[in-house]
Amino acid sequence: MKQRKPISTGSEWTFELIQQYDQEIARLAEHYGLDTYPNQIEVITSEQMMDAYSSVGMPLNYNHWSFGKQFVSTEQQYKRGQMGLAYEIVINSDPCIAYLMEENTMTMQALVIAHACYGHNSFFKGNYLFKTWTDASAIIDYLLFAKNYIAKCEERHGVDAVEQMLDSCHALMNYGVNRYLRPQPITPEEEKNRLLDREEYIQRHLNQIWNTIPKKDDVVKESAPRFPKDPEENLLYFIEKNAPLLEPWQREIVRIVRKIAQYYYPQRQTQVMNEGWACFWHYTLLNHLHDEGLVTDGFIMEFLHSHTSVIYQPPFDSPYFNGINPYALGYGMMQDIRRICEHPTDEDREWFPDIAGSDWQQTLQHAMRNYKDESFILQYLSPHMIRELKLFTITDNAALSTMQISAIHNDVGYQKVREDLAASYNIGNREPNIQIYNVDIRGDRSLTLRHYMHNEQPLAPDTDEVLKHLHRLWGFDIHLESVSPDGDILNQLHCPAQMATDAVA
Amino acid sequence: MSYIIDRRLNAKKKSTVNRQRFLRRYKKHIKRAVEDAVNTRSIRDIDQGGEVSIPSKDISEPLFHHGSGGIRQRVLPGNQEFVVGDEIKRPEGGGGGTGQGQASNQGEGEDEFTFQINQEEFLDFMFEDLELPNMIKKQLRDATSFEVRRAGFTSVGSPDKLNVIRSLRAANARRIALSGKERRKIRELKKEIKLLEGQLPSQAVALKIVAINEEIKALNLHIKRLPFIDEFDLKYNNLIRTPVPSSKAVMFCVMDVSGSMTQSIKDIAKRFFILLYLFLTRSYKKIEVVFVRHHTHAKEVDEEEFFYSRETGGTIVSSALNLSAEIINERYPPGDWNVYVAQASDGDNWDGDSHHCREVLEQRILPLVQYFAYVEITTGPHQNLWLEYEQIKEKFNDTFAMQTILEPSDIYPVFRKLFEKKE
Repeated sequence: MKQRKPISTGSEWTFELIQQYDQEIARLAEHYGLDTYPNQIEVITSEQMMDAYSSVGMPLNYNHWSFGKQFVSTEQQYKRGQMGLAYEIVINSDPCIAYLMEENTMTMQALVIAHACYGHNSFFKGNYLFKTWTDASAIIDYLLFAKNYIAKCEERHGVDAVEQMLDSCHALMNYGVNRYLRPQPITPEEEKNRLLDREEYIQRHLNQIWNTIPKKDDVVKESAPRFPKDPEENLLYFIEKNAPLLEPWQREIVRIVRKIAQYYYPQRQTQVMNEGWACFWHYTLLNHLHDEGLVTDGFIMEFLHSHTSVIYQPPFDSPYFNGINPYALGYGMMQDIRRICEHPTDEDREWFPDIAGSDWQQTLQHAMRNYKDESFILQYLSPHMIRELKLFTITDNAALSTMQISAIHNDVGYQKVREDLAASYNIGNREPNIQIYNVDIRGDRSLTLRHYMHNEQPLAPDTDEVLKHLHRLWGFDIHLESVSPDGDILNQLHCPAQMATDAVA
Repeated sequence: MSYIIDRRLNAKKKSTVNRQRFLRRYKKHIKRAVEDAVNTRSIRDIDQGGEVSIPSKDISEPLFHHGSGGIRQRVLPGNQEFVVGDEIKRPEGGGGGTGQGQASNQGEGEDEFTFQINQEEFLDFMFEDLELPNMIKKQLRDATSFEVRRAGFTSVGSPDKLNVIRSLRAANARRIALSGKERRKIRELKKEIKLLEGQLPSQAVALKIVAINEEIKALNLHIKRLPFIDEFDLKYNNLIRTPVPSSKAVMFCVMDVSGSMTQSIKDIAKRFFILLYLFLTRSYKKIEVVFVRHHTHAKEVDEEEFFYSRETGGTIVSSALNLSAEIINERYPPGDWNVYVAQASDGDNWDGDSHHCREVLEQRILPLVQYFAYVEITTGPHQNLWLEYEQIKEKFNDTFAMQTILEPSDIYPVFRKLFEKKE
């Protein structure tokens, strides 16, 4: 065994030590092929951490009462000791900003550096969702712009008017994202070519005999074309572009909220992977440091203590249970992939013929780059992991008086448990699917939304409140129809609320 | 490459604005909480910050989300004895069975959103929209202390107040103004020289140039003879004395301690006095409190005795009023002090005295004080003291106020009524 030459022995940190640890960890990260943005490590106090908490982790943000509410409750909980602050916050920006709290010990600082500055950082840089939807180098500038713009609006139009606008936008924030890249609009040239192609196709397949068949009269009744032609899922985008009564500054506010929502969209979809990836790497990197003799045994014990409490998954009947711990699931799966690569069993070979026995670093990199939570679980959750966590599925059908166990961790259940777990991370299932269906452009300009029901799940009772916000933005009547997969309208909501029976009838 | 930055010295309190926005938005709720707190708290910590609870549903931000019902699949960890096909009961109250343990987590039930406001905020909410009557009038009329303030410049003054820059500027301006004619002449002559120099050189021209140069010299001498600085130029800093409003206040607590005043009535009175004291502390730097208690005759006492010692006897209110008037005259000349008197009583008075009280108040006290507040703590009918005071109220509407308190919960509303902003 090599002679141990630890970087530090005490628990106190200094800036020099942080720098040394960072250099060593950076060296190892490079050794493992982690590609990262440059790091900006900022040491802050717990008070500043609370500030950062309440502006959704951002170093700056516009002013809004809801952030104040967040702050007040964080402060209250922290002061009463009901909650510890997170050890770190990391921001997807270029350079990648990570906050270290001054109260942490040296071990914790090293853990945070490995976790945030190399784990999360490389995830932000590599994952396809972040690459597609966020621009790390521009976010801070954009937030600065947003903050100033909104402050100016407050000066000009009053705090209340701006606050109302933001309230309404926040209510629809989750519906202000593009889920898929739109195709580039086609040029007139292409359009013309396509038209010609289509004409030629019709010409070639023309068969006069079909024209002799009499048409049915009653089918012909064509309804007026809808606007928008296709349903629009990005409600805020639609409002920004089409709401009839908004002032330009109001449109800009809608746009700001929409942009910020879009920035968070990848994070909401990659929690398990992101945390799993970061945990996997802090574990791997710090253990490597230990192997090289750069940290003491005490260091590694302290590290393992917090590591294990972070990745602990309480069982469902434990009083501490609060859903599946994304750290536990993500970390478990990352380690599991490495295991499958390095020491595959027969079962693994059967389930994962592609990756069993392959190079683990490449396989992990591939998984990190090209998946989100839903697809990652669907692809990589192994029977081994399911057994380890003893996962099982409960089916809760409101129509029945009891809940059923529909799958457990056995041969017949693996596939189903995996699919169910993946589905529960699908934002499309978790949030109601609500899209803009039609605007009555020739009539009362009322806006009709459709809620495409998933598994017969109805909307929550406070949907009315959201509709009021939508009504404020749109300025005319709002109708919301809940539609079953068969196309039947099962429920309707209106804002302003309509009388049950029309006076005319 | 990593940069390590120490941000610990950066501005804290980044969230202050957001926090204030939040408080502003829920002012109504917080006010209600403050009101409750004032009524229920013990006297000693009435001015502490406080905990404010708001029903969660009032501050929730609505979002589209699924309600209970429909079919859900939920994957849970830690299976022990379940096998496929087992049926289990739906947990109680778990909105449509989000599974064990989660049910209460995101409920929108009657949870309270609780948070802390600090003392200053507490008092702000407590005394919002209240004002001390007659403050402005007093400031202008009776101000006796002065403060020296700068007020522009004058052309007379003592040398120590000389303003050098202003003086030199004035001198410069004067010299420019007085030498205008000469300088114009010099310019013209110089032009002439240029013209002459352009001509063919000859004896006559040379002579002429010399003559002109002589003339310029003379003019320059003339300009030089203007004094560099004149008495007329001197400017002095002007200082004026402005009256400053007196920042001292004295508060008289006058209370009846005759046998009819029970401990609970005294408690109510005490709360009222404390409110008034807190309120005054927000407007004045220095406050003194004088306790005057009375039964058939009045006595100035300390706080402990004022509230807790018991005596019995009849009631002659005017004795206390007379004593107060004397104390004011002796120790708190109204020129220096803002005088507030709060009187609490259960309304009992010796019949022959009430009329006398009115006289004392009208003649000896009301001209000296900023405000006189009378609270009657009684559930019974008003007696003749109240009736006499009502007459005073008609005459001295500005400085005299009276209200009845029935029970402890009235204290704060009555206080607000006494000091509410009058347009």
